[in-house]
Amino acid sequence: MSLQVENLTVYYQTLRGDVKALESATFSIQGGEIMGLAGESGCGKTTLGHSLIRLTPPMRFVQGRVQIDGEELPIWDMERMNSFRFKKISIIPQYAMNAMNPTRKVGKMIEELLGSRNVNFKDNLPELKRRLDLVKLQDDVLDMYPIEMSGGMKQRMVMVISTLMNPSLLIADEITSALDVSSQKAVAEMLVEFRDKECCNSAMVISHDISILYQIADSIMIMYAGQLMEKAPTDVIVHCPRHPYTKMLISSLPTVGVRYAEARLAGIPGKPPLLLDPPAGCRFRERCPVAFGKCCEVPPFMEIQSGHFVACWKEFETNAHA
Amino acid sequence: MTKQKKKNEFLYFALRNKKLRVALSVVLFFLVLAFVGPVLAHNAPFAYVNPMGAEPPSAKYWFGTTFFGQDVFAQFVHGLRATFLVGALAGGLGTLIGILVGFTAGYRGGIVDEILNVLTNIVLVIPTLAVLLIIAAYLQVRSIPMECIFIGFTAWPWAARAIRAQTFSLRAREFVDLARLSGMKDRKLILTEIAPNMLSYLVMTFILQFGGAILNAATLDFIGLGPTNAVSLGLMMQYSVLWGALQLGSWWWFIPPGLAIMAIVGALYVMNVGLDEVFNPKLREM
Amino acid sequence: MLTLDGVSKTYKIGTFGGKELHAVSNVSFDVKDGEVVSLIGESGSGKSTIGKMILRLISTTSGQIVFNGVDVSTLQGEDLKKYYHSVQGVFQDPFSSYNPIFKADRVFRIIKDEFFPEMTGPEWSDKLERSLKGVGLNPAHVLNKFPHQLSGGQLQRFLIARALLLDVQFLVADEIISMLDASTRIDVLNLLADLKAGGLSVLFITHDLSLGYYISERAIILHRGRVVEMGSTEKIYYNPLHPYTRMLMACVPRLDKKWEEAEVETKGRRPETRGCVYYERCPIAGKNADCERHNPPLLQAEGDHYVACALSHLGGKA
Repeated sequence: MSLQVENLTVYYQTLRGDVKALESATFSIQGGEIMGLAGESGCGKTTLGHSLIRLTPPMRFVQGRVQIDGEELPIWDMERMNSFRFKKISIIPQYAMNAMNPTRKVGKMIEELLGSRNVNFKDNLPELKRRLDLVKLQDDVLDMYPIEMSGGMKQRMVMVISTLMNPSLLIADEITSALDVSSQKAVAEMLVEFRDKECCNSAMVISHDISILYQIADSIMIMYAGQLMEKAPTDVIVHCPRHPYTKMLISSLPTVGVRYAEARLAGIPGKPPLLLDPPAGCRFRERCPVAFGKCCEVPPFMEIQSGHFVACWKEFETNAHA
Repeated sequence: MTKQKKKNEFLYFALRNKKLRVALSVVLFFLVLAFVGPVLAHNAPFAYVNPMGAEPPSAKYWFGTTFFGQDVFAQFVHGLRATFLVGALAGGLGTLIGILVGFTAGYRGGIVDEILNVLTNIVLVIPTLAVLLIIAAYLQVRSIPMECIFIGFTAWPWAARAIRAQTFSLRAREFVDLARLSGMKDRKLILTEIAPNMLSYLVMTFILQFGGAILNAATLDFIGLGPTNAVSLGLMMQYSVLWGALQLGSWWWFIPPGLAIMAIVGALYVMNVGLDEVFNPKLREM
Repeated sequence: MLTLDGVSKTYKIGTFGGKELHAVSNVSFDVKDGEVVSLIGESGSGKSTIGKMILRLISTTSGQIVFNGVDVSTLQGEDLKKYYHSVQGVFQDPFSSYNPIFKADRVFRIIKDEFFPEMTGPEWSDKLERSLKGVGLNPAHVLNKFPHQLSGGQLQRFLIARALLLDVQFLVADEIISMLDASTRIDVLNLLADLKAGGLSVLFITHDLSLGYYISERAIILHRGRVVEMGSTEKIYYNPLHPYTRMLMACVPRLDKKWEEAEVETKGRRPETRGCVYYERCPIAGKNADCERHNPPLLQAEGDHYVACALSHLGGKA
């Protein structure tokens, strides 16, 4: 399978005008790839994730093309998307584990959910049980109420539900943020296992925590203020990033083994721009230490090495000379 | 966005909100009528002006006359005044007590909360009608202020409950903790930190109490427990039924007051829903 | 400077308050002058409760909290206000820490009204400016604004500046950077470390081990209300002795190495037990009767390194 996104632009409608939340995103995800989508708050990663599956007001589709397995995905058309949702493309929304109806037993909830998608619950019960086994949940969890389950259990439950129809692309929106460290590890590893056992073909994991992505993702894409900055295999992003933003971001992350007294880490001075009226060109240019004249034009998201995409004029220059 | 812009944002949504516009107009209409009407009415409400007795509306008597030949329009506009007065006073009293009890219970928690809860529950389940009957038996003359006091002292539990719940949730916010860390005294904290945040809620509570008080007063008046020396819309309805307006077909005696009460209270409730949408950004439609 | 001795907090829950919830049980530790101590624990460990008890926002059920020789667990009124002159707190959610209908500077105004009522206008402006500069903010850019006009990082620094106005000696920092963006987190963290160099003691409450490692000299690991391991940061991180600490170290996602194949028990809700708090999930306890029935005391394992585990000498192997 593969996901191809071309020039996807999505704005948010507000009283004061359009917030340019996502600007001309062009990238692709290969079959079997787990891509991490990382960035700080306001970078547009949630917008990107949600626009692929449920583009509702106040989000507004401006332009772009999305193709999944060669088929056009009509993300602007809520009605036509119905036949794709859950079957071709599925999402685990943020806070999903808290959104389970507290007055329904989990099994009943799943039955109703599948029914709304015209999928027969009884036919799929054996498969459901097999999946529950996969995530180390007992069968009797179907008879429990959500309040009887721990955070990690609920999250695993949600993962099973979202992947029941073996979607080609699974979008996971901050699925580890609200969990304990041990549950985080379990849930993250479960995602990888889903991909390995073909419960989903590929996955887009949205997270602000790059260290989790480092553990499970094959590649990581960094976004900033609605624009794509860099995409590369995980090791490359973490150990030899090329984009100035990525470099500064990675070096500002404390990790076990680094102490203040020994090596004082530095942050990125300044704030992200407001997206109501963002600066022209590269939106990082005001905080970028190596910005120059050409940065007032939007840099294209280009492949400078195999599998390594960057949107930075400076890097293109360096690459050209290399 | 400065405070000015925020106020304008409320105004913008307030004016756009259809429910609010319509309901407010209805209430204002009756309010203006209550102020202006008694000036327009030529007669005193209890004066016997029509020797013919009950007569349907005509050019001379806009709302007709009662069984006793009194001017219904005069009674109506004076009654409107009384109704609004009761609404404001009783509603205000109920809101005030509700605020005192609600804030204290919500902020203090613990044993204070428990005690106030018991008090609230007791007042809630008191059979107001029975108590009023007993009071009526002892008081020969009842006035509007008395009615206000009675309604105010029995209607506050609803306000107290709602305010307590809101206070609970606000108290858990970190800015309250920070204020405590600044050594602020409790009373000052409630007044300056919590109450301003709940202003919209308090306004809505008052509106509900206002409408409720009017209804309460109308009910009391209708069953004969109203003031003995005044005229109100509920009293008009009582007299009309008492003196055979239904049998005689003098619809002009009881329909105007009944419709007016319905319209005012209904408009107040709709106004409240509209205000909720204005104050709560999540309920707004774009 | 600050010593906690046998501090516990028990809540009555359930219908009619029949059951008890031991949020904090018998916690003892101390923080010296100019020291940053990390209080590390996951949700439900009681770390925020301890922070709030130190700040006297919650009462203690039992135990003593001694600050510079004075027991503060029962202070009231004027004495409490004096305590607040030396001890302050900064909380997790920068946007919730400000009253949304007022400007952000109001927090400073409150401090002036409560603690420095006789100070004149220009004197106060001076003091305010110095505080703001001390936290790396430009007064011209951040004064006179509403909370939503400032960023999370700026708001948190505001709160630290507020504490500095009082010349505090001890700061309770409860997850102060967890809601900030990655690029601003490190700046606030560096600020704390700089202030420590000026003599400030900090109790750094967090669930994030890498932050604890970066900034603190000593660390305390909490699990379900009890101290399970305590000591110098390096010793704990490089030689964790308690099975829970080992599990934390194995599960925390790091940028320098990948997760190992450690199997982690992830059962459902655990009931309150009389024995060791970690008994239910401990990989090495097995059916050890001692672990099941008795709560292990906090004993010294080596130099500045204490552990509450009956089987710590086994070194992680059953």
